[in-house]
Amino acid sequence: MTGTGHESGSSRAGEGLDARLVVERDAFRLDVALRAAPGDVVALLGPNGAGKTTALRALAGLVPLSAGHLLLDGADLARTPPEARPVGVVFQDYLLFPHLSALDNVAFGPRCRKVPKAAARAQAAAWLERMGLAAHAASRPRRLSGGQAQRVALARALATRPRLLLLDEPLAALDARTRLDVRARLRHHLADFEAVAVLVTHDPLDAMVLADHLVVIEDGRVVQEGGPADIARHPRSDYIARLVGLNLYKGEADGHTVRFDGGPVVTTTEELTGPVFVAFPPGAVTLHRERPTGSSARNLWRCEVAGLETHGDQIRAALTGELPLAADLTTIAAAELDLRPGATVWATVKAAQTHAYPA
Amino acid sequence: MIGVRVRDRNSAPEGVEEAGMEKDAPALRATGRRGLRLGRGAPLPLLVPALIGVAFLVLPLAALLVRAPWRSMPELLTSTEVWEALRLSLVCATAATAVSLVVGVPLAWLLARVEFPGRRLVRALVTLPLVLPPVVGGVALLMALGRNGVVGRLLDDWFGVTLPFTTAGVVVAEAFVAMPFLVISVEGTLRAADPRYEEAAATLGASRFTAFRRVTLPLVAPGIAAGAVLAWARALGEFGATITFAGNLPGRTQTMPLAVYLALQNEPEAAIALSLVLLAVSVAVLAGLRDRWMTAS
Repeated sequence: MTGTGHESGSSRAGEGLDARLVVERDAFRLDVALRAAPGDVVALLGPNGAGKTTALRALAGLVPLSAGHLLLDGADLARTPPEARPVGVVFQDYLLFPHLSALDNVAFGPRCRKVPKAAARAQAAAWLERMGLAAHAASRPRRLSGGQAQRVALARALATRPRLLLLDEPLAALDARTRLDVRARLRHHLADFEAVAVLVTHDPLDAMVLADHLVVIEDGRVVQEGGPADIARHPRSDYIARLVGLNLYKGEADGHTVRFDGGPVVTTTEELTGPVFVAFPPGAVTLHRERPTGSSARNLWRCEVAGLETHGDQIRAALTGELPLAADLTTIAAAELDLRPGATVWATVKAAQTHAYPA
Repeated sequence: MIGVRVRDRNSAPEGVEEAGMEKDAPALRATGRRGLRLGRGAPLPLLVPALIGVAFLVLPLAALLVRAPWRSMPELLTSTEVWEALRLSLVCATAATAVSLVVGVPLAWLLARVEFPGRRLVRALVTLPLVLPPVVGGVALLMALGRNGVVGRLLDDWFGVTLPFTTAGVVVAEAFVAMPFLVISVEGTLRAADPRYEEAAATLGASRFTAFRRVTLPLVAPGIAAGAVLAWARALGEFGATITFAGNLPGRTQTMPLAVYLALQNEPEAAIALSLVLLAVSVAVLAGLRDRWMTAS
């Protein structure tokens, strides 16, 4: 666990979040440690079913901890019921109360915390104002657009002045067009938030834009954590490598060569020994119909095309063979090579474009 | 009847219906024009029993109208006994519904939301009066709340309260029979309602009771209203348990159904007139609520 590795994590002891969440259910076991200082935005990133949402629900108190601990600003919350935790949640589909106006939705939290009705509504109005939603205060949730509903949900969660803000897939319910806009606004609001924010997402772009610390979860455990740039450069699992668009292999290094389990060898520029990861982007792969003779590339494999898909203005080819690969090429190149599923091709990668690092 | 909409396929089809009809179109062409005439492809083995069913349900009501003594109606219906019985019926059915709401809604919530050992058994016991012959319910109520009943004796000794053969007894008998309708209906609505709204309320600082009062209750209000109407209608028509437990004392325990039954033996014309009043009340309730709750659920 290197949770204190990021800069702001090493602030005053006791402030912020310090948790080890263990939740056991049927065959599934979640065991995740999280640490964050006030002002931090932490993203839990992982595939569906990895346990991200369970971790979030455990933080909110909606799922009991089987073991571990949960400290927020030094207070032990592990046995505190959800309604008594200083925690705000923005749910994936927002869960705005459909029978209440946007204003009353936001005022709900303060009202539950014994703020008089008029004062609670005034606070709610101020929050909606800050979210740029003053004009929609009287609207019922079903009359709001996805982006507006998301901001009302955020205002509702913030109106209780939480010390921990949880966001479950905050952008998943939005269409691609509003997503950009909402993501930018959310980033702005999260930057203003003075306590700890934890968000769950399966979208690496959301995670990298919104968070300053990423925790990658797979099968209920942390496989990697660090800053967004660090994780993108040095993925430690297939899942992240695919997400950031890299080919990733684990092997045994001996000087400039790395041997993988199945036998294939990669030449790298780094000189390492022992277990390493080797990564290179799909754009570094060059494909040839015939075995290239004059190529200076040191890494050459015979592959078979398993599938093709368009990726922006590029085509990404999934290749099987000695080494499973993803390769990016232009549509023109794909046409010239006459690529189609089942075709045999030769793939080359220059050593300079590979990147090896200790596993 | 709730939620069941019998609609003629020929009349004003909605979006879904339309799509269905388009799919049907090739089949229609295959069966030719005869199929078209017979109600747009409804096969005879289904159509004939369905029409018999409609006739079976409608004919008795129509006969009631045909045989109604329209001329002597005014005097029959202005007699004080009729008004007494009608007033008593409405008051008792409403009171029984109120009792069912106060007890039944929390019970439905418990069954829908709280895991506890023996929950299935409790649900089975709660719904038993639904299938129990009402007369048996009346006898059981006598054994429990009668003057010498298990609990009734204590009520008599300690508080001087006796329930059998009183107006309060009518309410008890009707509530016993009607409450399961409400409980089942509300429990179903609660199960269909997203429990995560209650979780959202909890994260905002609401206790479980506050969440129930301010979030769950408004969300399931249509289901509660539908359940209350069902229970009210059932209480209004209650006969067996009422006559067994509360007797048939005009002005005190003689509700409309009892009055109808009694009148049928002495003056059948009065029985028909009284039945028409109950029919009118039922139709009025159904018509008044149809648009607001029945089709929505």
